[in-house]
Amino acid sequence: MLEIPCPWCGPRAEVEFACGGESGPPRPADPGSLDDAAWTAWLWNRTNRKGPHVETWWHQAGCGRWFLLARDTSDDRVLASWPIGATPPPLPEEGA
Amino acid sequence: MSGPFRLAEGGTRLDRGRPIGFSLDGKRFTGFAGDTLASALLASGVRLVGRSFKRHRPRGLLTAGPEEPNALLRVERGPGRVDPNSRATLVELVPGLAASTQNAWPSVRFDAGAIFDRFAGHLAAGFYYKTFFRPGWAWHRLFEPAIRRVAGLGRAPEAPDPDRYLHRHVHCDLLIVGGGPAGLRAARRAARAGARVILADERPAPGGGLADTGTAGPRIAGETAAAWLAGLVAELDRAGEVVRLDRTTAQALHPSGYALLLERVSDHLREPDPRLPRERLWKVRPRAVLLATGAIERPLLFPDNDRPGILLAGAARAFLARQAVLPGRDLVVAAFDDSAYAAALELARAGARVHAIVDPRPEPGWAARTAAEAGLRVLAGWAPVGSEGGPGLRAVRLAPLDAKGRPEARGERTIPCDALLVSGGWTPAVQLWAQAGGAVAWDEAAAAFLPTRGPSWLAVAGAAAGARTLGEALAQADRAVDRLLAGLGFTPEAEPLPPIEEPEPARALPPWATPELWRRDPKATFVDFQNDVSVADLEGAVREGFSAPEHAKRWTTAGMATDQGKTAQPTALALLAASSVRPLEELAPTTMRPPWTPTSFGALAGVHRSDLFRPIRTTPLHGWAAAKGAIFEDVGHWKRPTAFPRPGESLEAAVARECRAVRTGVGLLDASTLGAFDVQGEDAASFLERIWTIDVADLPVGRCRYGLVLKDDGTVLDDGVVCRLAPNRFLLSTTTGGAARLHAWLERWAQTEWPELEVWITPVTEGRAVIAVQGPQSRLLLRRAVSGVDLSAKAFPHMAWREGWIGGVPVRIFRVSFTGELGFELHVPASRAEEVVETLERLAPDLEPTPYGIEAMHLLRLEKGYILVGHETDGTITPRDLGLERLLSSKKDFVGKRSLELPEHRSADRPRLVGLLPVDPTALPSVGGQLVERAEPGTPSLGRVSSAGRSPTLGRTIALGLVRADRARPGTRLLVYAADRPAIEVELCSPCFLDPEGARLRG
Repeated sequence: MLEIPCPWCGPRAEVEFACGGESGPPRPADPGSLDDAAWTAWLWNRTNRKGPHVETWWHQAGCGRWFLLARDTSDDRVLASWPIGATPPPLPEEGA
Repeated sequence: MSGPFRLAEGGTRLDRGRPIGFSLDGKRFTGFAGDTLASALLASGVRLVGRSFKRHRPRGLLTAGPEEPNALLRVERGPGRVDPNSRATLVELVPGLAASTQNAWPSVRFDAGAIFDRFAGHLAAGFYYKTFFRPGWAWHRLFEPAIRRVAGLGRAPEAPDPDRYLHRHVHCDLLIVGGGPAGLRAARRAARAGARVILADERPAPGGGLADTGTAGPRIAGETAAAWLAGLVAELDRAGEVVRLDRTTAQALHPSGYALLLERVSDHLREPDPRLPRERLWKVRPRAVLLATGAIERPLLFPDNDRPGILLAGAARAFLARQAVLPGRDLVVAAFDDSAYAAALELARAGARVHAIVDPRPEPGWAARTAAEAGLRVLAGWAPVGSEGGPGLRAVRLAPLDAKGRPEARGERTIPCDALLVSGGWTPAVQLWAQAGGAVAWDEAAAAFLPTRGPSWLAVAGAAAGARTLGEALAQADRAVDRLLAGLGFTPEAEPLPPIEEPEPARALPPWATPELWRRDPKATFVDFQNDVSVADLEGAVREGFSAPEHAKRWTTAGMATDQGKTAQPTALALLAASSVRPLEELAPTTMRPPWTPTSFGALAGVHRSDLFRPIRTTPLHGWAAAKGAIFEDVGHWKRPTAFPRPGESLEAAVARECRAVRTGVGLLDASTLGAFDVQGEDAASFLERIWTIDVADLPVGRCRYGLVLKDDGTVLDDGVVCRLAPNRFLLSTTTGGAARLHAWLERWAQTEWPELEVWITPVTEGRAVIAVQGPQSRLLLRRAVSGVDLSAKAFPHMAWREGWIGGVPVRIFRVSFTGELGFELHVPASRAEEVVETLERLAPDLEPTPYGIEAMHLLRLEKGYILVGHETDGTITPRDLGLERLLSSKKDFVGKRSLELPEHRSADRPRLVGLLPVDPTALPSVGGQLVERAEPGTPSLGRVSSAGRSPTLGRTIALGLVRADRARPGTRLLVYAADRPAIEVELCSPCFLDPEGARLRG
């Protein structure tokens, strides 16, 4: 079980959180102006990379805030977390 | 007294003043406090402790520890206190303990299943896969039940477990797993440096393998091992910040460092304090972890290497040191590793007759010379080539090896004996290291997989890291703990290593390095004792093409028994490499998963059983419903009334009566479980515009609108009513089951995608109770109770809400309906709910307001063709599939809208919601049944039944279904096919079975 650093509450057990999946690009402002390929690419395509991976998490059984968390998918290490809209801390490159 | 194989004195753990009676298969024995079940049986001369899993071969004790593959017993400590598959080596003797052997019928001595061993050729690995796969039906009905009767280990207990189990959550600086010399020394260094330490050791007393050494053991700083260990432990027990746990097994170490320790608290106590739990599961978040988990000795490979009486040399040494038990009187020792010489010396000094020590290594080392000087017969260049007996060992066959390692038949000798001690070297216990994400690599010199790279917070020392001597282990422990402490900001002081008198051991010969021994009779040469995997099985796996370790493991089941092959690895992997002619270093060992040893369900569940298994949510009207005779069912965590059957009334009759009451009079439903959210803020309307499929901005205050919530792929997530309470304030009323999901969804969009919107979302489900008042007489009822509201159809239309009073209780009244009837929902403060519902009943005895449950609610909505999220939707269904295009706003964008334009969502093979009328009006289609044209194999499914019921209003069965849109023409006849039931013919129709114009609703 991971220990997740909530930017508001500090390190807490993973059971308090729900993962919202990989953080993708922002939702297009006018989806109607996109062709099918562009829309479905935004909708479905994720990097799912091996290495540092930025995800959205929700502190469901805590403060109720969504935030961003960087996790290394190769060894499950939690690298950093930060509030929505804040500048992300520098992250190691893939394989580093 | 306590058995013919017990010495008159000695035994570090033994309390000879406290004899203990116990039984095996009903036969009574006596041991002492400090015995394990294994040592007491050995002392009593019991050799045969079980039959093997597949071939029912007789088996005896192989080890003295958690790695034991053979001695799996059913242990009873009283009613309900039953543990199948207990390792006899770990069970401490207490009075009244009753053990029984498993996997044997009628008895372990005369086991009918032993016939399976005669057919070993047919029972090779993969036998099940090859024999029983055809015909398909025969597996479930014939083969599987028959196999289950003869196979399997142990029987599950039937009575509830009366014991208590607790969980403890703790943090520490350093967790050390293993209380041997490396772990103890590291713990003392860390404690002296000021770190908070938890030291967990699986055994009843600390000291590890060093505590099991006797006269042939090392001397440390001029002291005996026992004296040196005692000093170390005493200092640790005085240190303030050290928690030293005996009988505590590290069952799991996760990649995040999270560790699960299982402490056996009271099983070993004669009269445990009833306040104590049986076991305690420690959930530890350490900042750093040191593994000093030791090593496991390897058995040897030669024909009939599994006969009772053949055991590991280290185990024999441990039984002698701890409980003063000899494994036999006449011994032969097969020393492929020097540690077996020390065992031979100590057993000889204790009075056993050691007839020969065979060592296949041509150059005897220091240990061999010492044994020879002590008068023992050492046969260098010899090996065991077979065993005799039945079932216990009576003799071993020994042979000299020629220059190529082949046994020479001419020189073969048979030596009578009652025990053969074997040692094929030691396998570092790196399981926890691997669980935590540490890498291992093959080390040819150590003939083992050794830890290499791992997480920075993790270190390994001692025999687990490949140390061969005590001096090496202590030096490793210092280095490892100093690195971890430095990372935590502690600075340990320099401390010299104690001088140790111990020999430098010669290199061990691993069991797989003698192919001439294991190729003699591969079917009778066992690698994985617990799962009965022989050399022939592994060779067969390679022949079948399963030469990858993961494949071979599954084909042969080597390493898949309850011991996860602790004594079988890396031997099985090495045999796989030899059979497929590949170097061993190219094969990656499979990772052993948590738990390290079998763990009781009780320990994992802790207090979370029965009523504490999960939260139970009851509504403010629960007591009222119970008093009305409700029977309840679980809906998520909620308890909801299924129906309110009267005395003597069947459930079906009650549901029909409740439905009729709503259609002709007035019914009351507790709808408090519906999800409710209060949404406020400058941008509340614009936020809901983006989430709901309907227009929200133009919704007037005082009105409600029903709509859907979609995912951005266009599928339905939930449905619900949006009510405008004020220009910047809304109440959302959503489904019971989707409330938590919708909350996450709303917060997610508000916080992550549109943080610039000023909107606040508050779940208010539990603050109020909701009473649905439904039926043609609902207005009449409310007129008597409600003040301050004009309830006329003109002043209070459908999909509006008003505020008023019932007695002294403020109430929000929503004119909404999930029944198709004139209806209202009353939202009242939770604390006043019973008062309101009792007022309604008191004021209208003539109207007989009828409580109804969720069965009636489902039928009423089914008659109207209203969708139920989770029945008509399943995560793939769009609004268009449901015929709900009217709920899709064309004036704005909303989440999911763009995807509805994708060609995939407009194709003719999309499902479409339809009504289904069974041609036989009494036949009830199965929910989940497939809609087909012909009830024949190979007929494609055209859709499925999503809801079905017996409509009391229509006097017939009705159903809803989703059918391919191009086949969804009214009047089409299809069959409902469900396994093991007769097909039911249905005619497609509109999904609304009652009052399609909505006259009742708007009345």
